Amino acid sequence: MLRIDNLHATIGGKEILKGLSLNLNAGEVHAIMGPNGAGKSTLGYVLGGRPGYEVTGGTVTFRGQDLLALDPHERAATGLFLGFQYPVEIPGVSFVQFLREALNAQRNTRGEEPLSGGEFLKLARAKAGLLKLDMEMLKRPVNVGFSGGEKKRAEMVQMGILDPALAILDETDSGLDIDALRVVGEGINAIMRQQDGGPDKAVLLITHYQRLLDYVKPDFVHVLAGGRIVKSGGPELALQLEAEGYEAVAA
Amino acid sequence: MNQLLALPTTHDEAWRYADPAALAALDPGELDRWCDITLAPGEAACRVLVLDDASPGVQRLRLTLAQGARGAIFAIASASAYTRLEVEVRLARGAHFEFGGVTVGGGDATREFVTRVIHAEPEATSNQVVRSVHWGRATGNFLGAVHVARDAQQTDAAQNFRAILLEKGASANAKPELEIFADDVKCAHGAAIGALDDTAGFYMAARGIPPEVARRLLVRAFIADAFVALEDEAQRDDLLEQAVARLEGSRL
Repeated sequence: MLRIDNLHATIGGKEILKGLSLNLNAGEVHAIMGPNGAGKSTLGYVLGGRPGYEVTGGTVTFRGQDLLALDPHERAATGLFLGFQYPVEIPGVSFVQFLREALNAQRNTRGEEPLSGGEFLKLARAKAGLLKLDMEMLKRPVNVGFSGGEKKRAEMVQMGILDPALAILDETDSGLDIDALRVVGEGINAIMRQQDGGPDKAVLLITHYQRLLDYVKPDFVHVLAGGRIVKSGGPELALQLEAEGYEAVAA
Repeated sequence: MNQLLALPTTHDEAWRYADPAALAALDPGELDRWCDITLAPGEAACRVLVLDDASPGVQRLRLTLAQGARGAIFAIASASAYTRLEVEVRLARGAHFEFGGVTVGGGDATREFVTRVIHAEPEATSNQVVRSVHWGRATGNFLGAVHVARDAQQTDAAQNFRAILLEKGASANAKPELEIFADDVKCAHGAAIGALDDTAGFYMAARGIPPEVARRLLVRAFIADAFVALEDEAQRDDLLEQAVARLEGSRL
């Protein structure tokens, strides 16, 4: 589904990703772990197409398309969802309005009919319920006045509504208490686990800690250090990292 | 010749950000024309002004609010030539003045609001919110003077100005001016001038919203701040639509 080959990227002329390669197939959950400054968030932003993050080498193919040739909103419409470590507050624009615009813009790009107001609200209510987020909160301006945990749950509600093929979740577990972590973990599984006969789904979790992986069990774990993947393994690698630290494992 | 001398210039504080060429072309007779509005004790009134190409130039409103009266003015300045709305308000005890203004447009015109709010007696309140959105070589200004008289205790006066410049070459100026002669008062003012929020733009794009739609949503939300206090919902929506419609011709 996603094939990253020898990706190099810079921010402000400084090279952060230095030849990163990674393959994700449909049905798989991958976790990327690594020390601060390794390039984890940069990877998410580069794949999302954030302005200021310049790709200087390598290729990224997503669902058979050259991802890097697409504008950020086109990447979303192609089925890429980027969960933000720090979700952005947008005063004056309600979540309902924001997400309806987003969903219908994506549907429009894919040549599908827009959802009516009623259809959209029904969908939003169901996904908010899944993440145990009060529907009333979605009538408020985007993320304004939300606690850290509420923002992360709202990110997952957005993911539920937009129903992407690939979710890249950047430290979605940070700022969550134990109960919220379980709700979010179960939400990710409900929304992004591939069902038999269902559409293709894959997840890339960017995280520091094992704790989210207790709920969203990865098939593969990668260590990102110095701008490239330095080690890959199964779920046991995350446990080893937690026990021994990045330095010992990645050295 | 005497008439020419009567014309203001940009050396006058209250005209310092005006367009000099436009000032020289003003009709001095027009400058003496004030529209006077007086509200009786406890009375409430709201006036909505759209200063578009049907009414460019200088408009002057003088508002006298008796005890406990509530006066509100909401305005859009969007004409394609120099446009200036001056409002002078005198508040008696416990009166409230609300001002919401939007300057919007491109070209090379200056559009400005100049207010002078006189808290003449105690316990009066005022709130002013001005938003400016400009492109091309246009300028938006808010010159807001607040005068609090010696015995006007418990005055609560606020003014807030924010501008979004969509292109290099556009400009905005804020000139808050507080003259406070009482000691138990609250006077707040804030001003910020910048470009559209890129972070919000990328967040919206990451959810699939095309850039032009995202910019429109952001600018609409920004402008809407100025009309939040307009109680009549239909009027509020209408005014917002009129302001947003002026964005046609920008790169939004």
